[in-house]
Amino acid sequence: MKSTLRNIFHSPRFMVGFIIFMVMVLTVLIYPYFITRDPLVSLGKGFLEPGTYFSIYDANNASTYRMELPEATMNRLETSLPLADRQLILDFLKAKGADLSDLDTSNDKVGELIEAWTANYDEADVKASKYEGFTTQAKRRALARLNTKLSSSASSDVMTITRGDGEEATTSSISDTDYARVDQVANAITLPLGTDNFGRDTLTELVKATGVSLIIGLIAGSIATLLGLLVGLLAGYIGGIVDDILMFIANIFTVIPGFVLLILIYYSVGQESRGVVTCAVVIGLTSWVWTARSVRSQVISLRNRDHVNLSKLSGHSLFRIVTTDILPYIASYVVMAFILQVSSGILAEAQLSLLGLGPKTTDVPTLGLMMNWAKLFGAYTSSNAWWAYFPVILVIALTSFSLNLMNTGLDQVFNPTLRD
Amino acid sequence: MKIDEKTNQAPVDNRESVTFGTDRNKDFSKEPLCLSGKDVTRIFQTGKTTTTAVDHVNFEFHKGELISIVGESGSGKTTLSKMLLGLLEPSSGEIFYRGEPRDISTGAKKRQYWKGIQAIFQDPFSSYNVFHKIDNVLLDCINMRGGRNLSKDEKFAMMTEACSFVNLKFAELTNKYPFELSGGQMQRLMIARIFLLKPEILLADEPTSMIDACSRATILDMLLNLRNETGMTVIFITHDIGLAYYISDSIYIMEHGKFVESGKAEEVILNPKAPYTKRLISDVPKIHEPWDLSTVG
Ligand SMILES: Nc1ncnc2c1ncn2[C@@H]1O[C@H](COP(=O)(O)OP(=O)(O)OP(=O)(O)O)[C@@H](O)[C@H]1O
Ligand SMILES: [Mg+2]
Repeated sequence: MKSTLRNIFHSPRFMVGFIIFMVMVLTVLIYPYFITRDPLVSLGKGFLEPGTYFSIYDANNASTYRMELPEATMNRLETSLPLADRQLILDFLKAKGADLSDLDTSNDKVGELIEAWTANYDEADVKASKYEGFTTQAKRRALARLNTKLSSSASSDVMTITRGDGEEATTSSISDTDYARVDQVANAITLPLGTDNFGRDTLTELVKATGVSLIIGLIAGSIATLLGLLVGLLAGYIGGIVDDILMFIANIFTVIPGFVLLILIYYSVGQESRGVVTCAVVIGLTSWVWTARSVRSQVISLRNRDHVNLSKLSGHSLFRIVTTDILPYIASYVVMAFILQVSSGILAEAQLSLLGLGPKTTDVPTLGLMMNWAKLFGAYTSSNAWWAYFPVILVIALTSFSLNLMNTGLDQVFNPTLRD
Repeated sequence: MKIDEKTNQAPVDNRESVTFGTDRNKDFSKEPLCLSGKDVTRIFQTGKTTTTAVDHVNFEFHKGELISIVGESGSGKTTLSKMLLGLLEPSSGEIFYRGEPRDISTGAKKRQYWKGIQAIFQDPFSSYNVFHKIDNVLLDCINMRGGRNLSKDEKFAMMTEACSFVNLKFAELTNKYPFELSGGQMQRLMIARIFLLKPEILLADEPTSMIDACSRATILDMLLNLRNETGMTVIFITHDIGLAYYISDSIYIMEHGKFVESGKAEEVILNPKAPYTKRLISDVPKIHEPWDLSTVG
């Protein structure tokens, strides 16, 4: 027993799977202590990209610090030079016959654009040039203005803010060298995974959803495994008519694909009464068949072993024989089946929710519901909000991957012939 | 008949009291019937192939008799013993217990039947629950004989005694798991059970196949003593016709699932009729010479 445990924890596959899984479980457990807000509370409107958001209003009230960053002007231009100005520069350079091959109006080309401008702009030259029609004068002025704007890096700009109105209005001014520290801004929030279509913090929602989906997997997996184990043990050990009846029921479940059954039961329950637990129970009740079948075949090969015969001759009861002479021999197998059932339970919930047949949407998020919302609100297509669905897919994949890895690790330990 | 003096390893003190064949001439056919069978047949069906492991065998085992069933590998001996034990249903034919048709149709009746019958299975490796310490095997036997309330020391003494009959030191084995024992030790422990249980009927399926010749003689001695003491019926399964002749009252020769010859041990061995029996006997080189147990088996 002890050596088996040691072997399990020395199996690299099991350990990798186990560590990934435990990291997820621990995250789910610890995260709520740091971020205490309700995962379903709406923070904003629509998909917001991942990043740190702070209130501009509050930033005005925060202490100011004077800073003169060397790249400040360029950074400002990169984010704020109007498209029309960029086009103007391009046109000007074109007329000058400069090489435009790798210039365009995108943000990260602004630097090069301005460099080319400074290299080519010559005030005297512009004054001498003749521009078509009566706009020549206007054009000359526009170019001169643009040049001033672009070369004004040294000169500072001041913005005046008025608060209140009428008599009580007060004004304050902000210079372009004024800075505030983000953590001193009264309202700032970092959203590592942005927000979903309802403006809910995707990361907090995802952590909660992972926890709920794991619970669904555990409940569904436990039900499927216990039911499968019970049916398999009875059918396999008792045999005869009991076996026939139980296998008939199992066959019915096989003939009608579990998923169709799931959808039918689910649909008839109605969304309002479909809580997370109902969802898990229904998934468990439709997926016990393969566990039952494989337990049964293992029991059949065990029930004629001599240690079982010896137990019978020793007058042990059926219950005792099944629990002490059969169950321990298939325990490792049952553990492996359980892990797979948990994994497929999580996947089943995701599939159902994606079809709009998941648990009711007002209580808690699940991985499947998050996928469903992302789909419904066009995160894949129109909004291109990768942060609303990609992390969810990643978590589903990781859960399934880690559980399957643990399973193969166990398989190698329990069935050493598979060891390479 | 005496054990050969040449076997001088590990002298056994009770050698002179060996009682093999003391009652060789006792006529067991006058004793009441213990187990008998009529046209007992067992067919195995695996996929498309059918194997008739036991084919219409008839037998009468009397109370207190020591019967040997001899046959080569695959002749159906184990299958027959499983049917006698009630662990396998005959495909056809009937088994009688104490002259009455045996009724083990329900779980309770089965358990009742198993109270009087015990077995030593052929394969000691699969006879143990690998998850339990070997002490459990012996404790079960004490419990079965109503010793559940005995003190720990009394139980320990009983187990030690039973183990001593089979040349095992219980103190060295206690708290061990089956995989820590050798095949021979496992087999001897299975025999030790019988000393605790003292059953009415014993089915021993090649019980000494893994035990060294020297210990084997002693253990068989002990077993036969027990049988003389308690009047236990012993059905001894072996492929070794020499050993069968040496210990049995009657012998059944089994070939391809059928009994080709049966009768009192002397008649069968000294006057074999079936060609198969003759062949079996001719395969044992020293059958007419004084017994040397170190070559038996
Ligand atoms: N459970 C089973 N299913 C199918 N065939 C079986 C089964 N058990 C035994 N047989 C077949 O029945 C025949 C008799 O087997 P059995 O075990 O009774 O032989 P045996 O006389 O005990 O041989 P050995 O001396 O090797 O133990 C063999 O051909 C075997 O293949
Ligand atoms: Mg056999």
